[in-house]
Formats: sequence, C-alpha cells, structure tokens
Amino acid sequence: MKILVCISVVPDTTTHIRFTDKMDALDTSGIQWIINPWDELALTRALEIREQPGSGVTQISVIHVGMKDTEPVIQKTLAVGADSACRINHAPADSLETASQIAEIVRKELFDLVMTGHDSADYNGSAVGEMLAELLGWASFSSISSLSVAGSVITLEREGDIRSETIIAKAPCVVTIQKGIAKDPRIPSLRGIMTARSKPLTVVEPVKCVPLTRFLRFENPAPRSQCRMVDASNVEELVNLLRNEANVL
Amino acid sequence: MDFQLSEEQKMIQQAARDYANRELIQDVLERDANSIYPAKHVKALADLGFMGMMVNPKYDGGGMDTISYVLAMEELSKVDASVAVIVSVNNSLVCYGLEEFGTEDQKEKYLRPLARGEIIGAFLLSEPEAGSDATSQHTLAEDLGDYYLLNGTKNWITNGNSASVYIVMAQTHPELKHKGINSLIVDRNSPGITLGPHEDKMGMRSSDTHSVMFTDVKVPKENRLGPDGFGFKMAMKTLEGGRLGIAAQALGIASGAYERALKYSKERKAFGTEIFNHQSVAFKLAEMYTRIETGRLLCFHAAWLKDKGLPYGTASAMAKYHCAETAMWVTTEAVQIHGGYGYVREYHVERLMREAKLTQIYEGTSEIQKLIISRDIFSK
Repeated sequence: MKILVCISVVPDTTTHIRFTDKMDALDTSGIQWIINPWDELALTRALEIREQPGSGVTQISVIHVGMKDTEPVIQKTLAVGADSACRINHAPADSLETASQIAEIVRKELFDLVMTGHDSADYNGSAVGEMLAELLGWASFSSISSLSVAGSVITLEREGDIRSETIIAKAPCVVTIQKGIAKDPRIPSLRGIMTARSKPLTVVEPVKCVPLTRFLRFENPAPRSQCRMVDASNVEELVNLLRNEANVL
Repeated sequence: MDFQLSEEQKMIQQAARDYANRELIQDVLERDANSIYPAKHVKALADLGFMGMMVNPKYDGGGMDTISYVLAMEELSKVDASVAVIVSVNNSLVCYGLEEFGTEDQKEKYLRPLARGEIIGAFLLSEPEAGSDATSQHTLAEDLGDYYLLNGTKNWITNGNSASVYIVMAQTHPELKHKGINSLIVDRNSPGITLGPHEDKMGMRSSDTHSVMFTDVKVPKENRLGPDGFGFKMAMKTLEGGRLGIAAQALGIASGAYERALKYSKERKAFGTEIFNHQSVAFKLAEMYTRIETGRLLCFHAAWLKDKGLPYGTASAMAKYHCAETAMWVTTEAVQIHGGYGYVREYHVERLMREAKLTQIYEGTSEIQKLIISRDIFSK
C-alpha cells in the first residue's frame, strides 16, 4: 500500500498573530513555521502502521503546496520517517487550489490511501480532504480517530456526538484525521535528520487553477472583557448581572 | 562570517527542545526532589542519537558538529541540567577521549556501544586531594607487566553508578609528576571496585554522583589510552571539550531561567500593570538577555574553532567562565523577579539556581578558567 500524507505548513500554534498595516495579509515576520498538528498526527499514524508486522505499507510520501521557504518544514517529515516528499511550487489562495494541485499528483502516482488533518491551524478551512476526494472521485471519511490497515482493507473509527462508528473502507480513499489517532508526534532522531537530506524532495510546477476565494480584509477579534466572579450562593446577583449588564436574559 | 544556523542544526536544536519540553519537564521536579536517576530519559536520548552525537558515524555516532552539540546541550539544560550533564560527560569526556586517543581495538570494543548509548561512561579525574590541582593524582596504576594494578579513590564522579566504562587517570611514575600519569579504560564490573554512597547534592540531583574506590583492580595493558605517561595531557585535551559542554549547559540554565522570568513578568501584575512595565524589572531582563547572548556567541565561537581544527582551549575556558557566572547571576535574578513564587519548587527557577552553582565549580572552577585565560594572555 502506498500512503500519501498531505502537509500544511502553519504558524507555530503559540504565535502571536499580527496582520500587515493594510490588514490584508498575515504579518509573517518572526513567525516560526511548523507542520500543521493534525497533519503531523496523520503522518505519525502512517509511520505507526508501517511499523506493524504485515502492514503491507510499501511507501509513505508527503505532499505540500507551497513556496521554497516551506522546505525546512518538509525536511522534518523526511527526518521522522517519510520516504519521499513532493512540493508543488505555488502559494495557494484557498482550499480548492490546494486540493486541485494535490489531485493532479495523486492521479499520476496511484496512491492507495491519502491522509490529511481534518483541519489546519491557520485558516481552519477543513476542506482540502473532502475536496480532494471529490476531485478524484474517491470515497472520503472525515474526522477519523482510529485507522488500521490489513491488505487493501482499511478500518476506521469516528467519534460522534452520541456514538462511535466503525467503518470498513476499501482503497483508494481519502481520510481526514482527528486527534487521538496516534501517539505524540515523533521527534526526529539525529540519524533521521542527517538522512533526510538524501531522500527525494521533488519540486513540481503547479497546474492552472482559479481560486474561488479572495481575502479582502482581516480583523482582530475584540479584546476579551474582564471576567467577573460571582459567589456561588449569590444567584440573585448573577441573574441581575445577566439581565442588566450582559443583557442576555 | 556567518551567524546563521544550518537547517540541520535548527532541526537538532528543535529536536532537543521538543524532547525537553515534552518529556523532561514531566518528571523533573520529582527527580530533583528525590534524586532519581533519569534512566528512561537516557535511553530515549540514546535512541534519538544524543549520547554519541559528535562521534564519527563509522563508530555508530551521529557525526554532528560541535555547534549542534552546543545547541542540544543548551536546550536540554533549559529544562533539566541533570540529564544534560549525563549527555555531556558521555559525549565530551568519554566518547571524545576514546575517539581521539583510542586504538582501533579500543574504539571497536568501547566507543561503538558508548556512541550508540547502549552503555554510558564516566571520567574519573578528581580525587579527595586533587580537584583544581589535577596534577596531584594519588591514585596509583602500578605497572606489573601485562597489566596495571589500580589503587586509590576518585571523587565527584558523574555517572559513577550508571556507567559501564570508566576512563581513569592514575599515577604510574610518581617521580615524573604529571608526566607519569596514565589514562586507563576500566570496566565498571572489574573486581575490586566499590562505590561510595550517592552524593546528596544541592543541585543536579538526578545525576548519580559517587566516590569510586579501587582496590587492587587489574587493568589490562591494552586498556591504556595513548603512550605511557600521556594521561594528564589526554585529560587536559579532553577537558577543553568538556568545558564547552558545561558552558553550553550553563547557557541553557541561564536561558531557561530567563525565559521563565520573562514569561512571568508579562503575566504578573503589581501597582496596576504587568511587572515587565516597571523599569527595575525590564532593565534586569535586558541585562539577562545581553549576558546570555554574549555567552551564546562565546560558545559558538569555541565550537566553531573546534570544528575547524583550530586551538580552542582558551575560547572554551572563556565560554565556560562567562556562561557559568551568567547562569549564577541570571538564575538568582530570575528568583528575585518571581518574588516568593521563585522560592518554591513549582516555579523551577530555584532549581535552576541550585543547578547553576555547580557550573562555577565542576570541569574547572571559574578561578581555573581565569587561570587558563590569563596564562594565554600573558604568553602572547
């Protein structure tokens, strides 16, 4: 089985987000870029599956749509164990562009399983996985919290609000990954870091695709208001505050 | 001159940072309180390749440069200097000495498993009456033909109990003074070796420090490092690298305390504003940052000289002297910025302050570093 893991490169989740003076783009100065945490979980699970005896996983590749400055982050995926990487040399404007570029590669390279994080920690679009499946005409399974492979049969679990679902899927398919699917993301070993350089990182020029989204303006959220503590026994005051200050009753 | 780290160096730095922030932080307070040896962390760091990170890959090491080593030591020490000193001793004092001065047979037998981190080593120089005055070795290695007969006591031995291999400095020809000292590879399980109790230390409490006593311990002749009488020179050459490891450790202790103090100063309010806005605190943080950056540059410079094969003894002495003094000052001020919270264990800075003190003492006191630096100045 050949697995492809889609990787977004996002600001470190502890980053203080700022915008440019015109408020029309993210101010990228001083940002530390990381693998999108959900994508990193997908990669971790792919590596765990390959290590299981008889998994039949022959190749784990990663793919990313982005410019050259994202390569250090892609190198980390090779350092933790991905066999090869592909970077599509384009700064995508929206999820459709990302999905369209990846679909082009998947059609050519015949992967059996495509894994993505269910969300990305930058724009929180939650759309690439499903769009990719649609473009490929494959089945897609979203927010999966457990994934195992036996031959071409893929067993998935999804946690719902009132029950969990177990799904038997056949390759090829697209799976978007939720938390809980893998142990903690791996720390690359020094040997892994040194061998990452010798693994293939292919750069592919993008195909034509017109994005459907354009960012007009960003706005900072309103500052949080002060928290007021009310004594647990003082229900009267609580009701008074909710009614007369918060105006929610 | 290039002040930029390579992508590999950044990845190594991040790997050490991730391990420290994800794993070491979880049990560091408990290990400090109860002097618990960090066996699982040593194993994990070995698996990641940190225990022999500068050893040539042909002996199963990581093949990393010294800058990478400095980066890793700083990151580990920000969270747990006890674990960092175990890494430092194995890399700088044990693996380095074996790789640089060992025979091929010695490297095959000892360096390979040490570089893989399957076993760890210890470096035995200090004695009850030979600390800074390392030439006054009383431990005897009597030459009895096929073997040396080792008798004496070594003090303050990091990894004393956990090591499988000892590098022991001992006197064979007392009449030749320091030129009669030999450096011997000693199997920890050799008959005649006994350990003193675990030292109940002020800081670095989860590294295992012991006295080691040798009573008629037979050491095969082929376990001598270098020619007869080379031991003291070997020890001094090895300590040049050791000092750099401890300089980086002190740097990490300082920057760990600084980062905690900076974060606290942005959260804690006094007189109606975050304490960072009070000049008395802001200036203190500015001075911490400047001293730490100075130390970092001194470490990088010494590491760069070593990687280029240039003399780096004075540079590593300056790095160690400056970083140790900086660590002591920064951690003390970090406790001050935290006020009462800094004095309790939960906030970590008092532990870092206790750990900092040792960096002014071991692998050459600050006074010895100044001696090395001043001798170099006067010789020019």
